[in-house]
Amino acid sequence: MGRYREDSGALAQLIETDRVHRDVYTDPEVFQLEMERLWSRTWIYVGHTSQVPQAGDFITLDIAAQPVIMVRHTDGSVRLLMNRCAHKGTKVVGDLSGNTGKTFRCPYHAWTYRTDGSLINIPLKQGYDGTQLRRTPAAAGLAPVKHVEIYRGFVFARLSDDGLGFGEYFGDSLSSIDNLADRSPEGELELVGGCLRFLHNCNWKMFIENLNDTMHPMIAHASSAGVAKKLWEGKPADMPKPMAIEQIVPFASDYKFFDDMGVCVYPHGHGFSGVNFSIHSSYSSLPEYEAAMKRAYGEERARKILGTVRHNTVYYPSLTIKGAIQSIRVARPLAADKTLLESWTFRLKGAPDALLERTITYNRLINSPMSVVGHDDLHCYRAIQEGLAASGNEWVSLHRNFDAAEVEARELTCNGTSEVSMRNQFRAWREFMVASVS
Amino acid sequence: MSARPTIADIVRFVRHEARLIDEKRFDEWYELFADDAHYWVPAVPGQTSPLLQNSLAYEDKLLLKLRIERLKSPLAYSQRPASRCLHVLQEPDIEKADHEGGEYLTRTPFIYTETRVDESQRYAATAWHTLVWSPDRLRIKLKRVDILNCDAMLPSIQLFL
Repeated sequence: MGRYREDSGALAQLIETDRVHRDVYTDPEVFQLEMERLWSRTWIYVGHTSQVPQAGDFITLDIAAQPVIMVRHTDGSVRLLMNRCAHKGTKVVGDLSGNTGKTFRCPYHAWTYRTDGSLINIPLKQGYDGTQLRRTPAAAGLAPVKHVEIYRGFVFARLSDDGLGFGEYFGDSLSSIDNLADRSPEGELELVGGCLRFLHNCNWKMFIENLNDTMHPMIAHASSAGVAKKLWEGKPADMPKPMAIEQIVPFASDYKFFDDMGVCVYPHGHGFSGVNFSIHSSYSSLPEYEAAMKRAYGEERARKILGTVRHNTVYYPSLTIKGAIQSIRVARPLAADKTLLESWTFRLKGAPDALLERTITYNRLINSPMSVVGHDDLHCYRAIQEGLAASGNEWVSLHRNFDAAEVEARELTCNGTSEVSMRNQFRAWREFMVASVS
Repeated sequence: MSARPTIADIVRFVRHEARLIDEKRFDEWYELFADDAHYWVPAVPGQTSPLLQNSLAYEDKLLLKLRIERLKSPLAYSQRPASRCLHVLQEPDIEKADHEGGEYLTRTPFIYTETRVDESQRYAATAWHTLVWSPDRLRIKLKRVDILNCDAMLPSIQLFL
């Protein structure tokens, strides 16, 4: 019996308006409660509908530390099922992706289910005649996840019956997903190119917070972006800039750049940096693509879509997106000090391959386990995980540009180097962690 | 070397290439690559495209230079303390020898260990070297490294397989 499970007051005291206690990053009991409360009562990113285009197509994954199947049912709808046989609890599907046809069959005793989870067959079924089986949840088959929403192909799930509706939870933050999808001349995305799976030996929040931490790039990335900048210095002005240089060097931008970028936060932990511009603003133009956008949307709307160049948008707590570069990073927490980060890339339907190549290049340079940018980030996260064991100060400071008025604000835009996005995330954390179960 | 490399020359080249990495003689290692060369570590088995599919690494000489110069920087925090690595190679197979075109392909299974203080990672992998004879010595046109579990969740791999 843990102290935080039994004492919501103690849990609430971990979060102050401008600082948080180290236990939110290090305590295994807090992590377990995060899975049960925050990660079960909020809307978690599952996958994209383009991963399961045909009936019977599925992917499997864990969300909030529970195994699930996302499958295209025979009626064309996308369903989410618990990957747990109704009989003895076997994970029914072992493959990470594939096509199952019309049914799932358990590898242990061949209990068989439709792709909506309903149980259609048990071998020697008469053995259950007169038993209580049909009065138990087992008779219904694979448990469906009841709360599933699809927004422009992004599939989200809320595991708990407790919690807010999808629209209320994300609110206007959905504008970043809109901008990403609108960047396709057809308004549609396709997840392609596979996934980079980077294991982080740190708490998931260190990564999520870092995305809108604009005070670190010029320091932590001085050895990668700084060296890239030096390598390119002195090259003739008319020499075409390689894509990699164009993408890495802006990480070495100065404090003023990141401050002027601006940051915007929404209720429930969401927010983005890059209100005015971002490190993606100065990429060379792709005339063929821009012409396709103008044809699809008209000149003014196309300019508006392509002129929205946000840095990172956090859909708290699981999904982070980069609309301007068409990639997403997804946090899959494994333990208090262990997190899987998945980095995925989109093809913009109707856009030339050059866009996908740019996306793939960025993802590899920044998000791969072999990324020199990623190495220094992860080094710092791990250094926090270890440093927090020190006594003398049990608190993590989030004071930068704190303004008491922000606590009540619904939506707020301010200078880019403010730590407001982290404070905003912890306000949501507290809201979901401390709320009692109804 | 004679006008054409012998099998022994090619095998020696592949072993030397791994040794330069293990001994952190990265500037010498860099010079083994032809100007248009790539170093490629796919992210899924059998990967066909480095440009339109995600890879763990796909580096031209500019990006290799960036990695090498970064490793020299005192600001490369993830290398304080520094990593060490060792390749244990199986004898390379010569898969193709095109003496006319001056192009050779070798296949070299190996075990790679990378350590950093108390942490140690070990990978089984296969290196595919596409080598070119230009103008009178062997150079790497493509080094492709297929890590056996390249699609697993992986921690930071900081040196070169």
